Amino acid sequence: MINKVGRDIPDFLLKDGKEVYQGKNYMDGKYTCKASPKTRRYERPQESKIAESIVKALKDCGAKSGMTFSFHHHLRDGDFVVNMVMKAAIEELGLDNLTIAATSLGSAHDPIADYIEQGKVVGIQTSGIRGRMGEVVSAGKLKTPAIIRSHGGRPRAIEGGEVHIDIAFIAAPTSDCVGNCRGIGGKSNCGSLGYAMTDAKYADHVVVITDCLVDFPNMPASVEAIDVDSVVVVDSIGNPKKIASAAARISQNPRDLMMAENVAKVIASTPYFKDGFSFQTGVGGPSLAANLFLEKYMDEREIKMGWAIGGICGPMVELLKKGKVGKVIDVQDFDLDAVNSINQTPNHFEMSASQYANPANKGAFVNKLDFVVLAALEIDTGFNVNVLTGSDGVLRGAPGGHPDTAAGSKCCIIVTPLIRGRMATVCEHVVTVTTPGDCVDVLVTDYGIAVNPLRPDLIECLDKAGIKHVTIEELKEKAYSLVGRPDDLQWEDKVVAVLEARDGTILDVVKKIKPYNP
Amino acid sequence: MIPRPRPERFRLRRTMMFMNAQKPGLIKDAYIYGVDSIMLDLEDAVAENQKDSARFSLYHALKTIDYGETEVIVRINGLDTPHWQEDIRVCVAGGADGIRIAKCESANDVKTVENAVEKAEEEFGVENGRTLLMAALESPKGILNAYEICSASERMFGVAISGGDFRKCMQTTPQRDGIDMVVARGQMLIAARAAGIQCFDTVFTNLDDNEGFLEEVKQNKAMGFDGKSLINPKQIRPVHEIFAPTEKEVIQAEKIVRAVRENAAKGLGVFTVDGKMIDIAFLPGAERTLRLARACGMYEGDLV
Repeated sequence: MINKVGRDIPDFLLKDGKEVYQGKNYMDGKYTCKASPKTRRYERPQESKIAESIVKALKDCGAKSGMTFSFHHHLRDGDFVVNMVMKAAIEELGLDNLTIAATSLGSAHDPIADYIEQGKVVGIQTSGIRGRMGEVVSAGKLKTPAIIRSHGGRPRAIEGGEVHIDIAFIAAPTSDCVGNCRGIGGKSNCGSLGYAMTDAKYADHVVVITDCLVDFPNMPASVEAIDVDSVVVVDSIGNPKKIASAAARISQNPRDLMMAENVAKVIASTPYFKDGFSFQTGVGGPSLAANLFLEKYMDEREIKMGWAIGGICGPMVELLKKGKVGKVIDVQDFDLDAVNSINQTPNHFEMSASQYANPANKGAFVNKLDFVVLAALEIDTGFNVNVLTGSDGVLRGAPGGHPDTAAGSKCCIIVTPLIRGRMATVCEHVVTVTTPGDCVDVLVTDYGIAVNPLRPDLIECLDKAGIKHVTIEELKEKAYSLVGRPDDLQWEDKVVAVLEARDGTILDVVKKIKPYNP
Repeated sequence: MIPRPRPERFRLRRTMMFMNAQKPGLIKDAYIYGVDSIMLDLEDAVAENQKDSARFSLYHALKTIDYGETEVIVRINGLDTPHWQEDIRVCVAGGADGIRIAKCESANDVKTVENAVEKAEEEFGVENGRTLLMAALESPKGILNAYEICSASERMFGVAISGGDFRKCMQTTPQRDGIDMVVARGQMLIAARAAGIQCFDTVFTNLDDNEGFLEEVKQNKAMGFDGKSLINPKQIRPVHEIFAPTEKEVIQAEKIVRAVRENAAKGLGVFTVDGKMIDIAFLPGAERTLRLARACGMYEGDLV
């Protein structure tokens, strides 16, 4: 069945009430039943929940083949915990038929590719998938199609019972002996634990894995002991160097700066740019640099930002400390400046992924957002964005909060160079639609700006401010004139991944790629 | 093959950005930053044993990249090198808008280049007189001969001072207040104005000293320069902002142009605008202000 963004969704996926994408806000006002976990009572007073090993904790939680294990990605590419747990479950306990439901996965999890090839891991549900895992899934080696969800789509699916987590594993930079966890105070600090919160509330069992046991009570806790079954202390939960980078620096690349300046110009031309406005930006070169130019416009107009959300890094913390932002609410931290600021700097708060972006709850922050500035691997003339598959059709990215913030914000700006190497970023059709075009408002490239025709109001704003813009078709033609028009990718019929829109409808599928044969 | 329109001898040239002609990644789309002119360098940026490959890169850039309205000028090697003749052939064959003569010291230098350009235009079937020239003054002798250089050819659109070499000759270094080059800049400006051509200031090389850069550009504007040479895209916007007329100046210029035209029709030569005496002598300046305002996006009328 062809969906609203023109993608053909195979019928076998449309069962148990699954629908194809019907456009923005299609599910608005509908009712949903929340799932509830089956949890064990801990009535008897207890000294500690410490289990001597991951294997012991798995046994205590009744781990068996066919279960779904969940993980968060706050340790990013420094994470040791996914590999550690899966190794214990598969190699020591001999389990198989397992599904990994992670908030995201990266190249730190390359060893899991082996378990997929061996057929021990049969399901993957995640936002991001990269490295060897992306390659084996793209090669059709995972038994069931991987399910790719946005950061808001995941808690929606968990709360709505579409994903049932048997055991949630919470990597915790610090924990006490009963499982009160925080993202700071240890040797593998990651700051916010926002992505772990929904898992802890909705999983049948929760196992905390830490490398820094602290005195009870570890307060204020991000994941609370009331939801935790076991605590396992290991030597190291991750490589701190890869968990949070040193301070994120604003790019000095003139191309990035020019694009960032144009992003700020566009923002300043809209009616939403007024005292108290809200903002989210990415950490990529031009997205992050937009902070710098936005500050200039804020100073000029003598206005302040009301609040900022998202993955947070140093430059935003800096604005907070200077008093130019009212509040920073943070689901994830990208650098040490942010890690060291959350819950320490006044008005720098932590939030859960559900509170951040879940479209099925009653107050997601993204739905009150004025502006979001996002990157793209590809964007097509329908303003559909791909941030998941490479130009070779292989899974190597992550929707993350992209579709949620794009849909929720009043003005979604995509900033990207027109070409990358020999690839046209602005193209006829993206390989995979990860953010639908009806959620994207403005495209800023190094060769020009284009506004989505669905937003004549924004076109008027740019015109009034004297900001030149062109059609996205012109940008696409320019890109092809520079690097040529690529051949279409060749696919087999087998679906290797299903792309859910944030509301749970099916936005696109990724199929098994045929080897290139010119 | 990208056909470029015939270059305009006098056009807006607030900013001229230097780029190494040998670096395709830089020159492939240098126009996106909104600079008025780009200056593709075959001289100092290119190592002695790479001159040939730089010419190839330059030629193909000129032939295949659509620079649109951005002017494309090439800095050729000095007349004391074995490279300049081949440089000129490449510029003309590729269709560069203009050539910057490095280390120019006399009218004769200009004429030498002009002759070579003329021959190359004939050789490659390029319209005679199409290729413009500008001179870089880099030595005390060049400054002393500024007027004869500026008036040496109908192809000459401007003159620039090159601070690096000049300061070395003068045994000085960049000074915050510009005292090191104030006489040279002044003499060059007088010569350029006397010859009726444009005049450009040297590059500011310390990219970390933004404040110093802004001060220098403000001084450039106050002295009457048409524009400045740049080494980084981030220098473009501040120059355009500083060289932009104020809103008041634009309104005033618009009034003057209107008044001069209306009064000329009535046969009046001298009149007042907002209490100030105005005559025909104010017209070129007012028109220049409006053209500048249009380039800065401040004027959309039809008076210029």
